[in-house]
Amino acid sequence: MASKSKNDTKSGSDSAVSMNLKSYKKDFLFSALEKMLLIRRFEEKSAQMYGLRKIGGFCHLYNGQEAVAIAAAMAADMSRDYMLTAYRDHGHALACGMDPNVVMAELYGKITGCSRGKGGSMHMFDVEKHMLGGNGIVGAQIPIATGVAFAEMYKKKVLGQKDAGVALCFFGDGAVHQGAFHESLNLAGVWKLPAVYMVENNRFGMGSAVHRVSAVEDFEIKAVGYNIDGMQLDGMSFIDCYEGIGKAIERARKDSVPTLIDIKTYRYKGHSMSDPAKYRTKDELDKFKAQDPIELLKSAMKDAGMITDEDYQNLDKQIKQTVQEAVDFAENSDEPAIETIYEDVYV
Amino acid sequence: MAEIAIRDALNQAIDEEMARDKTVMIMGEEVAEYEGAYKVTRGLWKKYESPRVLDTPITENGFTGVGIGAALVGLRPIVEWMTFNFSIQALDQVISNAAKMRHMSGGQLKVPIVFRGPNGPAEYLSSQHSQAIQSFYAHIPGLKVVAPSTAYDSKGLLKTAIRDDNPVVFMEAEMMYSWTGEVPEEEYTVPFGKAAIRREGDDVTLISFSRPMRLLEEAADELATQGINAEVIDLRSLRPLDEDTIYASVRKTNRVVVLDDAWPVASFGSYVAWLISRNCFDELDAQVELVHAEDVPMPYNHNLELAVQVSTEKVVKAAKRVLYME
Repeated sequence: MASKSKNDTKSGSDSAVSMNLKSYKKDFLFSALEKMLLIRRFEEKSAQMYGLRKIGGFCHLYNGQEAVAIAAAMAADMSRDYMLTAYRDHGHALACGMDPNVVMAELYGKITGCSRGKGGSMHMFDVEKHMLGGNGIVGAQIPIATGVAFAEMYKKKVLGQKDAGVALCFFGDGAVHQGAFHESLNLAGVWKLPAVYMVENNRFGMGSAVHRVSAVEDFEIKAVGYNIDGMQLDGMSFIDCYEGIGKAIERARKDSVPTLIDIKTYRYKGHSMSDPAKYRTKDELDKFKAQDPIELLKSAMKDAGMITDEDYQNLDKQIKQTVQEAVDFAENSDEPAIETIYEDVYV
Repeated sequence: MAEIAIRDALNQAIDEEMARDKTVMIMGEEVAEYEGAYKVTRGLWKKYESPRVLDTPITENGFTGVGIGAALVGLRPIVEWMTFNFSIQALDQVISNAAKMRHMSGGQLKVPIVFRGPNGPAEYLSSQHSQAIQSFYAHIPGLKVVAPSTAYDSKGLLKTAIRDDNPVVFMEAEMMYSWTGEVPEEEYTVPFGKAAIRREGDDVTLISFSRPMRLLEEAADELATQGINAEVIDLRSLRPLDEDTIYASVRKTNRVVVLDDAWPVASFGSYVAWLISRNCFDELDAQVELVHAEDVPMPYNHNLELAVQVSTEKVVKAAKRVLYME
């Protein structure tokens, strides 16, 4: 975790070197690696299936940003905390522990999908796992997440519940310019709500680079206007994210205060499957791929003697198998019956 | 039975539901310390304190979304919009989130929330503050939409709304808050989806909801002096809609006037008129008449604003048209 820095160089090629793994147990790091790799392979398979027209509509992939959702989920206590995000949500769904079969089936629009084929790529929900979506309107999940944090504060204050959960709210750099973001942060500041607001700053709002649409490029400074804490993290470093998000969650839980975090990350794919990403150079993409969050963690673990190439290859093989099983499950699931269109509209 | 004002009937409903269920809370601009712009929440902040009665900044999209989020995880919030004109700021949260959460989650989530406040024209307020926007909400599947016209229904329907597990848009009217009506001492609720026949008659059916119901009553009185017996129906609930009561009446009278104080294009009233034409075609002795606001924004000048709005006279004229009396 670093203090406020200028411009876009929060993540740098020295991250692997500076990644101090000493205080972490091997099993914990291995689990983080496994979860990130699951997202990566799942997204690669999603792209492939989209190409085969098994998946339709808007499909926004999470490749490159895996460290953020996994670090947040591992820093949180998902039995009482909640996750809410935007439409680039496959990674968060898997990070919350949703079954890859059910997520893939939803991408296929099958009845076995988490939303019974009514939500698709942008709307992954699992109430039991505390994954509250998957929102397709830029910034619209931010007031909702603020309401979840409000309810947790209320349950403690009015209903006598011992532990307050924390609302983990994710959104992109594009959402920072929506009124919903500013209205929510003000409310969280006024009411002291247990929320962690995370800008997954992947440097592009659809095809527009941050500097073309934003007066500032470091968003944690916006916390000042709402009298809450701001923080900047390296989204390519699992450890930086885990430690920084963890501190924000702890503060939210203990002191009921919100935090705004600008997390510098990068998406490898276009905005959605239909975007060839002509607005950036191959050099820029390669620069970020050189700081790949999975590669960084893997090589740090290797240096620390926690993993061998063979271990990693076995893990990868196993994960590819899991993802293939998800595809098989989705392929073999039934289409929803036409009559179901009238279901799930009212209680 | 005690005769009380509609604002007090609404207050009683909120008070009683907050007393019986600690997950019920109310938030909005000026609802707490100021006791409500229209005094609907009088006394509640002193009794229940914050955060159960919670003042918000002027941030309709923000606090409406907060209510929706809180409803997803176990609270039953009532969101007061100072007027429905300001709810337009919150339309994204209502349409994209409140009405869709259950659907997008494949039935996993429920959104037990009430959005309430005054809708419809008032006086001398010009175009931004004086409009009837019920059609915006009635258009959206996933919402329930109710609009009482009496003190009795205001209390009974609001209690039903608070207990409902779906998002309910509850429309009052600024000009109605001081109207009085009988409200029983004992506990009661009024179900959604059941229209009320306010007056029975055989000659023509008059249909409306909310504040314009008073115009229907006056029009029925006027028609009675000319020997015409009007049947007067108060829809009370737009979603769900009690179609059976409408059709039964139209099949009896064979003539119908629908009154909706909104603009005519794609209005709820035009939908009701279409339903009747579609389902009672063979029983109709005349075309269905729709009495609506003029298709212009509301002017400030009093003579002009009255000319724009629906009126008793316009209803009487429409009734006479379907009776081929003019």
